Amino acid sequence: MNLESLRDKLGYQGALLAVAALVTSAALALASRATAPAIAAAEARDLQQSLAQVLPGRYENDLLKDSLLAPGPEGEVTVYRARRAGKVEAVVFQVTGYGYAGRIVCMMGVDRSGRILGVRVLKHSETPGLGDKIEPAKADWIHRFEGTFLGDPPPEKFAVKKDGGVFDQFAGATITPRAVVKAVKGGLEFFGREKSRLLDESGSRP
Amino acid sequence: MSYARITREGLWDNNVVFAQMLALCPTLAVTGSATNGLGMGLATTAVLVISNMLISALRRFISADVRIPVYVVFIATLVTLVDMTLNAWVHDLYKVLGLFIALIVVNCAILGRAESFASKNRVLPSAVDGLMMGLGFTFALTLIGGIREVLGGGTLFSSAHLLLGPSFAFLETTLIADYKGFLLMILPPGGFLVVGFLLAAKRVLDRRLAARAALVPVPAQGA
Repeated sequence: MNLESLRDKLGYQGALLAVAALVTSAALALASRATAPAIAAAEARDLQQSLAQVLPGRYENDLLKDSLLAPGPEGEVTVYRARRAGKVEAVVFQVTGYGYAGRIVCMMGVDRSGRILGVRVLKHSETPGLGDKIEPAKADWIHRFEGTFLGDPPPEKFAVKKDGGVFDQFAGATITPRAVVKAVKGGLEFFGREKSRLLDESGSRP
Repeated sequence: MSYARITREGLWDNNVVFAQMLALCPTLAVTGSATNGLGMGLATTAVLVISNMLISALRRFISADVRIPVYVVFIATLVTLVDMTLNAWVHDLYKVLGLFIALIVVNCAILGRAESFASKNRVLPSAVDGLMMGLGFTFALTLIGGIREVLGGGTLFSSAHLLLGPSFAFLETTLIADYKGFLLMILPPGGFLVVGFLLAAKRVLDRRLAARAALVPVPAQGA
């Protein structure tokens, strides 16, 4: 019996589909298993890098292993804590703004006193050439937050200039910077609210 | 079909975007800049070559009646494998190309080549067909992306170093300094406009070429 006549048989076709499904799922399962550790390591490295960007200076502990969950502006927020001599010197967490084209995910670092160490945009889909000036590679705008806290500028001035605040907007794009400023302000308010818990050393597990 | 013919078909005569008008969804979606177009084109080319070879190698075993589900499963698996492999071992490249790789699954150009070429030809011609169709696609996407980027933002190949490495940073040029930008070109309508004008331009060009070929008497034999 040759292949040509076999190909038209219903049983052969069913078996062909079954074999194709089996072979491809086996390949995917093997590949998933082979790549999982490398992918997890690469993602941890990414996280480490973005943590380092908003956290200048040296800290003694592995931030990825010293985190806690706190009720943030929207849902639970993972807060990473940086320590020196066992004392929490700074915390890093994510905040989300809603821009012109969806979510803008930012990572921000705040020191014990509530002063911003750095802010970085991790993910956004704002218009290239206009809204993407929130990326440090495109403009210096995001560095404007460094050193600010709720008090300098005061809360009511913590907004873009168009809304009576101190932060620049971009020519032709107000929604994007407004969203980032609002998210960062929300992050500072969150820090103020949860401060005692976030900085409390006794709450940590070794 | 000769390899020269396959090349010509892939790059121009039967170009994925400009002639077959396949894969328009990713085409319109990613061509906001020349760099993005190039990235999507290269990623698609790689998948197209592998999928064509695989389908061609297995063509004797695949029944005509169930070929479509088999192709779809193979292509989806292939794309997922490429996705996982890049994510694990070339993570920096993946951060740039990751967006495009997921879009390749819905790229009907790949299924189209499996159906109309790889299922009827030997492995080597199929690989060449995949390569040439992919390069034609890359050319189309880079062209569309370049036009939209220049009109929309006044730059060309911005952030190319993220895709191709720092040695290609020289590609990044600002053509129009102090350009205020023409947002429409970067937003989706710009994609439709540019694709439309380019399609029309190709038609006109092809017609002119055909008319000229018809005018010239036939001394060009073998030339």
